[in-house]
Amino acid sequence: MPFRLLRFALSGKYPEPRMFRDRNRLKSSYDAVIVGGGGHGLAAAYYLARDYGMTNVAVLEKSYIGGGNTGRNTTIIRSNYLTAEGVKFYDQSVRLWQDLSQDFDLNLFYSTRGHFTLAHTDSAVRTMRWRAEVNKHYGIHSELVDADGVKQACPQIDLSCGGHAPILAALYHAPGSIARHDAVAWGYGRGADQQGVEIHQQTEVLGITVKAGRVTGVETNRGEIATPRVLCAVAGFTPRILQMVGLRSPLSIHPLQAMVSEPMKPWLDPIIVSGSLHVYVSQTARGELVMGASLDPYELHSTRSTLEFAEGLASHLLDLFPFLSHVNVVRQWAGMTDMTPDFAPIMGKTSIDGFYLDAGWGTWGFKATPVCGKTMAYTVANDRNHELIQDFSLSRFANYRLVGEKGAASVGH
Amino acid sequence: MVCPVNGARPVSEFVCWGEVRLMLDPNAVNDATWADYVFNRNSVPDIKREWWCHTPSNTWFIAERNTQTDEILQTYLYNGDAA
Repeated sequence: MPFRLLRFALSGKYPEPRMFRDRNRLKSSYDAVIVGGGGHGLAAAYYLARDYGMTNVAVLEKSYIGGGNTGRNTTIIRSNYLTAEGVKFYDQSVRLWQDLSQDFDLNLFYSTRGHFTLAHTDSAVRTMRWRAEVNKHYGIHSELVDADGVKQACPQIDLSCGGHAPILAALYHAPGSIARHDAVAWGYGRGADQQGVEIHQQTEVLGITVKAGRVTGVETNRGEIATPRVLCAVAGFTPRILQMVGLRSPLSIHPLQAMVSEPMKPWLDPIIVSGSLHVYVSQTARGELVMGASLDPYELHSTRSTLEFAEGLASHLLDLFPFLSHVNVVRQWAGMTDMTPDFAPIMGKTSIDGFYLDAGWGTWGFKATPVCGKTMAYTVANDRNHELIQDFSLSRFANYRLVGEKGAASVGH
Repeated sequence: MVCPVNGARPVSEFVCWGEVRLMLDPNAVNDATWADYVFNRNSVPDIKREWWCHTPSNTWFIAERNTQTDEILQTYLYNGDAA
């Protein structure tokens, strides 16, 4: 091992192969431009090239790939949603996840853990039963388990939660999983790159040219590009891109914070979520606890962290696991989420020809990465909304056809 | 945050109720305009006038805030000027 490390110090050039090529020149035109080099944008690029043969495609990322919400989420993957549209959509995504490591020849550390959503009140128990029945109807493994079932899977838990919010039952979702989020962006990036897609980092979009209701080009900090198709997959930056093309949306931007503990011996196998206590927690392969809570309560375009958040989350986590009182927090961070009023995404075609939107993913976008890539690639290639995303279009608001996906992030709403 | 009545208080005592907007007359506008008013928001970072409420005293007031830096420029009681 030391000799392998020495190679990096002595070699003038980086001695290992890079995940993808560094492109030093933007071409003057592309068949499609994808704005945003996160998981969603790179997945769309990958499936556009692989399934539809569109390889003259550029992915523009203003920072580095996977540096936005793809690298800031808490990596939970599940499909135990409440509405028919949601359940079908996320189930497809979970299936895609399961084969992804092999598709990429890259270890995503995809780890199926089982997912418990705790119910502390009678009304929460009713909602859990409702979600379990909707899930079962669509053939998804979810069931209501009682408090003993929770204790069996997670013996360390304090079922009384300090006495003020006793756990009555839980929605158990067997396929609930976690994965290594950076690797997802790298895997899709490498896959797209190998098929000829160009990934341009440090390339910021400054404007989008629309002529007679059609997209004709993109203006960047590295020059202008002509293109008939633009896919916008930029999460918290979506309103700024929409302003460039003159579209309005119901998105509201809120920071979502998370934090991670020091590494410990493996003790927590399942993923534990509590809506009432506003906490979700899982233990990574490295032994750290990854923890998150609900959104910051007002609009803010920033990824700052707050002490209020860390204190609030820690106190709720101690309700569940009092023995963690000596464990240190090592990192805290935030991402900018684009929330919709009905907790469902905004996907597909827009009123501008050639401008496609993949946004409104708020706090629940990571788990949908593969299926978003696939359905958006279909939509861009055929200029027709994929059937799985028909209900998610931007026009649903003008038509008063909201989706109402309250199972979206399990906490905070 | 400075409440115009109670002075500087911890921000956790306040709730934000969104940008100050003029309510349309639902009987006078068509469905599309009404949907735009009900759902769509201006979410581009900017200095915005927002409704805030100090919950312990139920004081409603207006704050001018930079939504990119979270700087509060000034707070004052509503003076009838909604637009």
